[in-house]
Amino acid sequence: MNNKLYYSIITLLCFTLNSYAQIDSTLIKPGSDTTKRSLMNLEAIHNRPFTNIGNTPAALGGYMESNWQYLSTEGVSEGHQFQFRRLTLFTSATITKRIKFLAEIEFEDGAKEIAIEFAALDIELSPLLNLRGGMIVNPIGAFNENHDGPKWEFTDRPLAMTNMLPATWSTPGFGIYGKKSFNKWMASYEFYLSSGFDNSIIENSENKTFLPATKQNKNRFEESENGTIFTTTKFAVKNNKWGEIGISHMGGIYNKYRDEGIDIDDKRRVNIYAIDFNTQIPNTKTFVTGEFAWVFVDVPETYSQQFGTKQQGGFIDIVQPLYTRKVLDWNNATVNLSVRIEYVDWNKGRFKETGHQIGDEAWSFMPGISFRPSQKSVFRLNYRYLKTRDLFQNTPERTDALIVGISTYF
Amino acid sequence: MKKTNTLIIILAGILCSVACQKILPAAPEDHDLLDGSVQGLNNEQAARFGRGDLTFNNKIFTSETGLGPIFVATSCGSCHPGDGKGHPFTSLTRFGQTDDTGNKFHTQGGPQLQNRALPGYQPETIPPGATFSTFTPPMVTGLGFLDLVSDADILAMAKKNENNIDGIRGQPNWITLPSYIKPKENAIARYDGKYIARFGLKASVYDLLHQTVEALNQDIGITSIYNPIDQWSGQPIEPEILASEVHNLVFYLQTLKAPIQRNPENHTIKAGKSLFKSIGCEGCHRETLKTGTSLITALNKVEFHPYTDLLVHDMGSELDDKYTEGTAKTSEWRTAPLWGLGLVKNSQGGKYFLMHDGRAKSIEEAILLHGGEAKVSRDRYKELPNEDKSQLTAFLESL
Repeated sequence: MNNKLYYSIITLLCFTLNSYAQIDSTLIKPGSDTTKRSLMNLEAIHNRPFTNIGNTPAALGGYMESNWQYLSTEGVSEGHQFQFRRLTLFTSATITKRIKFLAEIEFEDGAKEIAIEFAALDIELSPLLNLRGGMIVNPIGAFNENHDGPKWEFTDRPLAMTNMLPATWSTPGFGIYGKKSFNKWMASYEFYLSSGFDNSIIENSENKTFLPATKQNKNRFEESENGTIFTTTKFAVKNNKWGEIGISHMGGIYNKYRDEGIDIDDKRRVNIYAIDFNTQIPNTKTFVTGEFAWVFVDVPETYSQQFGTKQQGGFIDIVQPLYTRKVLDWNNATVNLSVRIEYVDWNKGRFKETGHQIGDEAWSFMPGISFRPSQKSVFRLNYRYLKTRDLFQNTPERTDALIVGISTYF
Repeated sequence: MKKTNTLIIILAGILCSVACQKILPAAPEDHDLLDGSVQGLNNEQAARFGRGDLTFNNKIFTSETGLGPIFVATSCGSCHPGDGKGHPFTSLTRFGQTDDTGNKFHTQGGPQLQNRALPGYQPETIPPGATFSTFTPPMVTGLGFLDLVSDADILAMAKKNENNIDGIRGQPNWITLPSYIKPKENAIARYDGKYIARFGLKASVYDLLHQTVEALNQDIGITSIYNPIDQWSGQPIEPEILASEVHNLVFYLQTLKAPIQRNPENHTIKAGKSLFKSIGCEGCHRETLKTGTSLITALNKVEFHPYTDLLVHDMGSELDDKYTEGTAKTSEWRTAPLWGLGLVKNSQGGKYFLMHDGRAKSIEEAILLHGGEAKVSRDRYKELPNEDKSQLTAFLESL
């Protein structure tokens, strides 16, 4: 069929069907805290604002993020930058009772990168035992599962979660998850078996051990680099008053150690541990969200110390709602003050040659102010103060940036 | 109330628009940086400098783009961060030559050890019986000026030393040119067809093309049309870098600015400079040289101040690693240009790793390691009162 005709029919169908919004804003900060308290990061994938299409079981949704940025590194600036960071579309369908499907497709940087971030079937046997299979998002930390732009008060994703851990890293896999509530307490678990990383985590143009490099390997959707299984495990507990804390692990053999039946290298493991938490301080309604992760990679002794065997990093976000009131026609428009403090060390260790500490690290302080006309949309103004130090621990390079951005579900 | 809110929004907008200029960091002073081009490049030359800069400082080689499989570093910038002097982490090990009859270990990986390897490969080890030396990568700024010093001037500096009462002699290092190198205009050849080399710690590299091609090949494992030999297999393979990219790198090195002295009029620094001359350091570390003709205006027939004579000198037994290159003796090292010395720490993690292998952890330690032809000057330095020593150090750090 002619492409134009095909798209026209789809568009017409979308507009002519009797659509109505089915908004679940409970994961959106600062949200309706009564409902939010019953949800955990585990459920972030499904708890998004969707629009149902007539009486069909399918629902559509998505979000977009766009920024203006003025950045300067040691006095050198590329000038004004208008960025369209991403457009994400998601669709879900309740196939029958207890069987759900959800897919998330992301177009980054004007479709320079198109990825199926999530496309999995969920079967609920009981709240404590659900099966999931397809393209899954590995629950290492919380950001990987809960990364939608409109949920955050910052224009940029956390450094450690995007440049140390591979944010929104997804891969084919299967697993189980479940949740149990006990009065004010909830507990959840997730366990997945999936394909893993590849050699690119230590052979890449970033000149460092860089787990996100594995996202460039498009073959991972049909062929595992080494035929071994990666495991991802997460446990989390939540108290309605105190908040949620989760611990997670992801690991497995990452390298191609055998080719055509011939051993060509030792088996080398990567292990990632993460701890995440979020809470709201009752008196001030301040949101605190944080995550910290540690990466351990078996790098060959005969390779270069440029590629670290240990990494660590994390962030903490503090978001203080200033006021909520009616502005124009927005009944619950909110202004928030926020700050993010983050740190990444891509190479924790000491040089064999000198015994001195290896650098390759970054710190960032990012205050901001955000305005939410509704829970679905956010206008953000951030200032970033970033210091990066090279491998040799030379004088840190300072980068400052002013960023204004919008992000909205639709 | 509405008016107040509108006013606040307008003020916030104005604040934001001027904030870019006010709160973003200012660029460091030119004299505090080693990178940057010589003045007066035209637009075409500046663009080419930028392309070379990208390859030198930003291009990371991987197995997909030709790295190794045995190598020392993954990029040019790894060894010369910020175009400065390297760190012991990226020091090179050279082995296998003890005199001017050449390297006896060419078939066993000589002259350079590739001490790292891609996963699944084994790096080289020093063959039994081979002597070796460790080389800390030098800074790369100002090389275009040194490249344009005429052979006649270098020979003249050697001749001038013949009757030096401090025992300074110094001679050029002569090498056989690789097939891809054309002798410079007005080059002076020796009776045996060898030419004067000037780059590298032993002055065994003829020009910046020679330096670039061999560094790509020996340090990173990148073959080119100029040197297609793969270090791992010893066999010629397809070029792993475009010739145009090699030429851009060469142009970048040619047009990197010379380090700029800081506070030259400062009283202490001026006193230190007088001491530097009076104790005889300038016998080898010549303050002023001049370039020949160049199509690049900033390099054309100008005087510059590198504090070197581009000759190799006997530095005594303590610095004799029993390894050499070209016609230099094992105890002979090229006079290190002192320009940029005060900025060395900025690329070595805030510490000094001086002399050819980084063994000196301070300027004073480096001076005290001078022996051989430099012994007389070193002994004069030892006799200086502490205040004078401080002035001399201040001068050297200002370079």
